[in-house]
Amino acid sequence: MARLVRSVSFALVAAIVPVLAAVSAGEIPESERRSDYHLMSPQTRAMQDDETANPGTLWVLDGEALWEQKAGSAQRSCADCHQDARQSMKGVAARYPAFDAARGRPVDLEQRINICRAEKQKAPELAPESKELVALTTYVATQSRGMPIAIATEGMEKFIAAGRELFERRSGQLNLSCSQCHDDNWGRLLAGNVVPQAHPVGYPLYRLEWQGVGSLQRRLRNCMIGLRAEPYAYGSPENVALELYLMYRARGLPMETPAVRP
Amino acid sequence: MAAGSAVAPLLTVRPAGATPDTMAAAIRSVIGEASVREGRVKVDLPALVENGNTVSMTVAVDSPMTEADHVKAIFIFNEKNPQPNVANFHLTPRSGKARVAARIRLADSQQVVAIAQLSDGSFWSGSVDVVVTLAACTETLN
Amino acid sequence: MARALINIPRAAKRGDVIEIKALISHPMETGYRHDETGKGIPRDIINRFVCLYNGVEVFRADLFPAISANPFLSFHTVATESGVIALAWTGDDGETYTQLANITVE
Repeated sequence: MARLVRSVSFALVAAIVPVLAAVSAGEIPESERRSDYHLMSPQTRAMQDDETANPGTLWVLDGEALWEQKAGSAQRSCADCHQDARQSMKGVAARYPAFDAARGRPVDLEQRINICRAEKQKAPELAPESKELVALTTYVATQSRGMPIAIATEGMEKFIAAGRELFERRSGQLNLSCSQCHDDNWGRLLAGNVVPQAHPVGYPLYRLEWQGVGSLQRRLRNCMIGLRAEPYAYGSPENVALELYLMYRARGLPMETPAVRP
Repeated sequence: MAAGSAVAPLLTVRPAGATPDTMAAAIRSVIGEASVREGRVKVDLPALVENGNTVSMTVAVDSPMTEADHVKAIFIFNEKNPQPNVANFHLTPRSGKARVAARIRLADSQQVVAIAQLSDGSFWSGSVDVVVTLAACTETLN
Repeated sequence: MARALINIPRAAKRGDVIEIKALISHPMETGYRHDETGKGIPRDIINRFVCLYNGVEVFRADLFPAISANPFLSFHTVATESGVIALAWTGDDGETYTQLANITVE
């Protein structure tokens, strides 16, 4: 009888632990996990490395200016509460998406900024992918450059699991899952492009295809359009769950914002 | 679909005229009847381009860049974009080095040609063939 | 609203060949794109870039729609004297945006 109880409780633990601890069949082994910076051409890497040649820096500068700008009926700037972003925002982007207790769900950095705008600045929210929101997010995220991604997992297990399920689910006319390319076939060529491991280490980033800086959700929507699937709306629980899972999957990798990617 | 971020498709029907002949005509309009010698001009472009929207290009001309012997201008041409010109760079003896970098757009696999005009009136050229493919995940409609 | 980023050494030895890097935010609209309704989007690019060293032109570029958005240029000039290096970008609308940098040459 004792042996049966032990094996049942082991089965229960074994069922829960793998959600976070184990590397599932498709996942990239930790020893092979790397930023997709390494898959890029030397020219594109040089574009990212040189702050004065990295087009993403233009957005960082815009974000820096917005940080100081008073907004809303409260006539408050980000700086009024958070002072110098170089101190106060250090490490923040590396742990986002983060759990929002009031809402009972994770929010990403863009949502967090808009929550501040609405609640603290009494200002209208910034539209998704608007130049202002992207610039502010880039400015906040770049303060974590070089720091390892470290999502808090406590209380987030079911959201991470939901994100993983989306990552592994086939969709679209092409009936492909994210995992099939980015876990199983990274490093190989798809048309003229190398398939990346798809770690969101550098968001918001300058994408050569966009000739501008954009968010992770914009990139995810591009991927889904590429699959001929209906992309999830900006700020949707699916997109946030995917972001969360991707950041969890990239745990330990250093942030590169603003990165440059093809 | 969220508003405020409508993106026009980057693919568009290429107007007639984007051919190697157009490039030849554009080159002729710069050099006139002069002859062009191959050499001294190096165009640095990746053989397989990661993304045709933003391609890092460096062009360098072997020249002492003195008052007596320098590069006056470097003209960059392409074969298959809607227009044959990419950029014209005008240098002076005060340039020190005839080396310019820029980021360019290439619509299709094609040849990129750089023509350098030297202070003695001679023209030299260098070229590179590049392969350009569509990005694996393009953004058609937002 | 133009945002430019320039990289010019603050100091140099006389005769040194220095590299100048210039990056400016601009969509460089080619004039060949169409919106979802099929309407053409008009051309709007920076077509000219000039570098003046204490008022003397040392480098000039004619730019065409084949130059990527957020145009980046890197070129060289000899550090001849202390003074002001001016970078000026001119758009199709005729407006010029200038940014200045001081350089000390010994």
